[in-house]
Amino acid sequence: MLWQALTLQLGYNATLVAIGAILLGFAAGVTGTFLFLRRRALVSDAISHATLPGVGLAFIVMVALGGDGRNLAGLLAGSAVTAALGLLAVQWLTRRTRLAEDSAIGAVLSVFFGFGVVLLTVIQTMESGRQAGLDSLLLGSTAGMLRSDALLIAVGGALTLILTLILRRPMIMVAFDEDYAAALGLNIRQVDLATMGLVMAVTVVGLKVVGLILIVALLIIPPVTARFWTDRTERVWLLSGVIGGLSGFVGAAISASAPALPTGPIIVLTGFSVFAASLFLAPNRGVLAAVIRHVAFQRRVHVRQGLLALAHGQPIYERYTVRLLHRAGLSRPDGVATEAGRARAAKALLDEKRWEILRAMPDHEAAAALYDGMRPIETVVTRDQLAEIDTHLAAPQEVPA
Amino acid sequence: MSGAEFVPLSLTPILIGVFAAIACALPGNFLVLRRQALIGDAISHVVLPGIVVAFLITGTVTAWPMMIGAAAAALLAVLLIEAIRRLGGIEPGAAMGVVFTTMFAGGVLLLERSDTSTVHLDVEHALMGNLESLIWLDAFGWGSLLDPEALAGLPPELLRMGLSMIGVVAFIWLFWRPLKISTFDEGFAQVMGMRTNLIGLSLVAVSALAAVAAFDAVGSIIVIAMFICPPAAARLMTDRLGAQVGWSVVFATLSAVLGYVLAGYGPLWLGAEDSVSAAGMIATMSGIVLGLAALFGPARGGAQG
Repeated sequence: MLWQALTLQLGYNATLVAIGAILLGFAAGVTGTFLFLRRRALVSDAISHATLPGVGLAFIVMVALGGDGRNLAGLLAGSAVTAALGLLAVQWLTRRTRLAEDSAIGAVLSVFFGFGVVLLTVIQTMESGRQAGLDSLLLGSTAGMLRSDALLIAVGGALTLILTLILRRPMIMVAFDEDYAAALGLNIRQVDLATMGLVMAVTVVGLKVVGLILIVALLIIPPVTARFWTDRTERVWLLSGVIGGLSGFVGAAISASAPALPTGPIIVLTGFSVFAASLFLAPNRGVLAAVIRHVAFQRRVHVRQGLLALAHGQPIYERYTVRLLHRAGLSRPDGVATEAGRARAAKALLDEKRWEILRAMPDHEAAAALYDGMRPIETVVTRDQLAEIDTHLAAPQEVPA
Repeated sequence: MSGAEFVPLSLTPILIGVFAAIACALPGNFLVLRRQALIGDAISHVVLPGIVVAFLITGTVTAWPMMIGAAAAALLAVLLIEAIRRLGGIEPGAAMGVVFTTMFAGGVLLLERSDTSTVHLDVEHALMGNLESLIWLDAFGWGSLLDPEALAGLPPELLRMGLSMIGVVAFIWLFWRPLKISTFDEGFAQVMGMRTNLIGLSLVAVSALAAVAAFDAVGSIIVIAMFICPPAAARLMTDRLGAQVGWSVVFATLSAVLGYVLAGYGPLWLGAEDSVSAAGMIATMSGIVLGLAALFGPARGGAQG
C-alpha cells in the first residue's frame, strides 16, 4: 500500500494531492528560506493562525448567500483576507507601538485564532453548519477529498511555486545583504511584502493539506535543515525546496496508505526526520562532524604534549597520550620513546624553540599570532625566514660524557 | 440575573477563567519584556503530546497524570529547543518553531492512532478547553458559598487553578527584585552576583506551570492570549514595571469576565439561542483591550520624557 502510494498508484485524487503536496512543500521550502534568513520565521505562525476567522466568515457568508459553505475555493479566499489582516496587525503593532515583534506575533495569533474559534462555535449552531467539517482545516486532511479540491491544491501549489521562483532573485538579495540590495535600487519593503505574500499563499494552499496549526513547520524546518548542508544562499533555497517537496510527497503518500494517518502531522514528522538526520550527520555543521573534529584536535594536543615530554626526558603519566604515541609508533607501551619518537620529539622541541624566537620578533607579529602550540612552523613562515630564525638558536653544545 | 442561576452556572467558570488569566498574565509581563513572548505559544502546543502520552500510560483522563505529562513535555521542549539552538547554531525563533510543531504533530498522530473514542480527549478540546462545563451543580444561590456540603462539590479545577495562581503570585512577589533587575539589565544583575540563567529558567518553569494548570481548565488559546495580550497592553499604559503588572492583572480580569459574559449571554441578547466558545471570546476580548491600548495607551510610543 505504501509502495503504491509512493509510486502514485492510489488513484487520481491521491496522485493529485501528492503532486500538490510536492509543489506546496517546494514552494514553502523556498519561501521559508527567505523568512529564515531574515530571522522572521515565526511571523508565519501569526499569518497561519489568522486564517481561521477568514474560514469561518467565508462559510457564514457563503451560506447566507445561499451557496454551499464548504466550497474550498471560497474558504481559502476568506482565509487569505484575514491572514492579510493578521499580517498587517503584526506590522502595525511593531511599527506603531513599542512592542517587540514576538509580542505582536503572539498577540495576533492568539486573538485571531480565538475569534476564529468563536466563529466556529457560531457555525456549529447554524442549520447547515453541523457537518461543516471545518475542523479538518486545523490539522489538514486529504482523505475523501473532492476531485475539484485536489485539483485546486495541485494548481495552487504550482502557481505558488512559479511565483516563488520568479521572485527569488530580489528576495535572495534582500535576505543576503539588505544595504547592498537597497543600494542597487530594490525597494526593501516591497520585497518583504512580496515574501509575506508568498507566505500567505503557501499557508492558504496548505490549509487543506497540512492544516493551519502545522503549516508553519513546512516554512521553518526545510530551511533550517538545508542550512546544515551549505553556506551558499543559492544552494540553501534550492536544497530547502527539495527537502520541503520531499517531506510533502512522503507525508502525503504515507498518509494516503492507511487510515488514521493525518496528512499534516505526517508531513511535519517526515520533515523533522530529515532535520534530525542533518543535525547529526551534516558535514561541518553537524554534531557528528563536530565530535570528530573535537576528538582529532584532542589527539593532536596529546601527541604534541607527549612529544615535548619525551624531548625533555620527562615521564608521561597520561595513559591516553602513551596509547596514542604507541599506536603512532613513537613510543613503547611503557612510554619510552622509539627511534622515530626521539626524532619527532627533537623536531617538536626545535619547533617550540623556533616559535619562541618568532614570537619575540616584532616583524613577525602576524605570523606569531598564529601560534597555538601545535601548528608546524614551516606552514607559517618561508624557508628564508626559518633560516633567519635559526640563526638565533643557540649553537649545539658538546654533551658531557 | 438571580443568584440561583448565576452561582451554579457562571460563578465558577468566571472565577476559573480569571484565575487562569491572572496566573498566565503575571509571568507574561516578564516574558514580553524579555522578548520571550512566544514561549507561551510553544508550551501550549507541546502540552498536547504530554497529555496524550499520559493518557496512553494510565488509560484514564484524570487530572494529575495529565498535568505531570504536560509538565514533562514542556520541560522536554525547553531542553530540545536549547539543544538544537546550541548544537546547530540556529536562531531561537526557528529552533522553537522546529520543536513545537514537531511535538504537536507527534501528539496529534498519537491521538489519531490510539483509541480515545471512549474518553473525552481530542485536539479541539485541547485547543479550546471547556470552561462552560466547569459548573457547580451543588449550589443553589449565594447562600451556598457558606454551605460546606455544597462547597465540597466545587469543580476541582477551581482549587487547582486557584493554587496555581497563588503559586505564581508568590514566585513573582518573592523574586521581584532579581526578576526585575535581570530583565532590564542582565549584565548589571550578573555583576550583582545574581545567577541570571537560573532566574530565566525558573521564570520559564513558572510560566510552564501556569500554562499547564490553565490548559487543563480552559484550553490553550486562553493560555497564549493571556501570556501576551494583557501584559503587552499594560506595557503601552505605563513605563513602571509595578504599574505594568497591576494593569496586566486588571486587563486579564476584565478580558476573562467580559469574554465569559459575552460568550454566554451575548448571543442571547442578539436573539440567537446558543452561546459561543468562552475561551475564544476571552481571547478576542483581550485582543480588543490590546487594540485599544495600542491606539490610546499613554506609553504606546516608547518611554515618556
